[in-house]
Amino acid sequence: MLDTIRHLCILSIFIMHTGASRIVLSQTGGPLYQQIVNQLKAKIAVGEWVAGEEIPSIRQLAADLRVSVITVKRAYLELEHAGLIVTQHGKGSFVAADVAPGPEIFEQEMVGHLEEAARLGTTMGMSEREIVSRLRQALDETEDARFIPKSSKESL
Amino acid sequence: MNDVCIRMEGVSKHYPHFFLDSICLELREGEVLGFIGANGAGKSTTIRILMGLVRQDTGSVQVLGHPMPAEQIAAKLDIGFVSEDMRLYGAATLAWHMNFVASMYPRWDQAYADKLLRRFDLKPQQKIKGLSHGQRVKAALLLALARQPRLLILDEPTTGLDPVARREVLAELMSVLTDEGRTIFFSSHNTLEVEQISDHVAFIDRGRLIALDEKESLLERWRRVRLVVPPSTALPLLPGIVEVAGTERLPVLTTSQFDPDVVSLCQNRGVTVQAVDSMTLEEIFVANVQSRRELQPA
Repeated sequence: MLDTIRHLCILSIFIMHTGASRIVLSQTGGPLYQQIVNQLKAKIAVGEWVAGEEIPSIRQLAADLRVSVITVKRAYLELEHAGLIVTQHGKGSFVAADVAPGPEIFEQEMVGHLEEAARLGTTMGMSEREIVSRLRQALDETEDARFIPKSSKESL
Repeated sequence: MNDVCIRMEGVSKHYPHFFLDSICLELREGEVLGFIGANGAGKSTTIRILMGLVRQDTGSVQVLGHPMPAEQIAAKLDIGFVSEDMRLYGAATLAWHMNFVASMYPRWDQAYADKLLRRFDLKPQQKIKGLSHGQRVKAALLLALARQPRLLILDEPTTGLDPVARREVLAELMSVLTDEGRTIFFSSHNTLEVEQISDHVAFIDRGRLIALDEKESLLERWRRVRLVVPPSTALPLLPGIVEVAGTERLPVLTTSQFDPDVVSLCQNRGVTVQAVDSMTLEEIFVANVQSRRELQPA
């Protein structure tokens, strides 16, 4: 009985504090600002947040997630640079007006990673063919991961 | 920019076995400063000076615009202070304490106090002497928070709390911060929670402030770089190295001034960068303290 009550308490704390933003951070999931960036991007990609919509203020999201204001600020700055959100001083933050939902949100990130891989490959003295084959190898390794989340893909 | 909330300049204090050495520190309104130090590093002395409970030998202290300790009475109207050794009256109930504090502070918010009672799982009719350590800490926090002070000074607010209570307390501290005019200065051993909720971080060791920086830029600048050095190749001189560990061929460098150019700089000298690892605040704190202690043995 006591255990059930305790569980209910923990559950209610959880729901209460994730609030309207419904973001879940993990202590072992890498830098906090990066987790926030990724999850907000995903929200825009699946259309949970649409163009022009007001999103939580930096301070509000910080309070909801129990993370520092500066961490959320950094995440918002990164999303602004990526052209996904705009922050108007004194008014709040909004999803950029010209953003369409869809996997294109991740385009810029993809380009960044590919360029980084190409650059690293070159500095390691690999041939073009080698770099391409390494990419194919990486693709094989993530094959399983690509096919597991089918249900979530459908919900996209 | 925001107003300065706390300013310490060249603050020193001599004790027979401890010396607080010219502390300079600034905290602006609306920010959270996490103050980290080992036991006996000077955290509590600094906090007592901030509160006007101890007079500094030299240097100036301004809190909310008031010079301390001269104007401590005026300053304390707007400061909520909670420390580990805070004494409440054992024979009185929490409700009695709430009335007592409410009678002295006009900004006391009873509705908020009632909300905190539920959130912290406290019973107002219970006598203080019957409370556990964790409950006493939460009671002291409640009494400070419900006054809605502009500045919260908390000496190890979460020490001795269970994980659920700690989560509640941190959530409450962060919700205070939705009001831009309020500021938090807190000390902690728990680097994880400092990493989580503070905007600025200060490290203190052996009475000296060894770092004071924005948390994000601190986390960004410190890196562990794993290298592969070919035989008879010298280790390149990189900026900000505080520690060299590992082996001659496979050294692991800890730097406090990481720059992405380091990767190409190494490669130009035939040294391969195997990995660049980010560090937790705890790792940064320990590396910082150790490197300084090696330079200046006690």
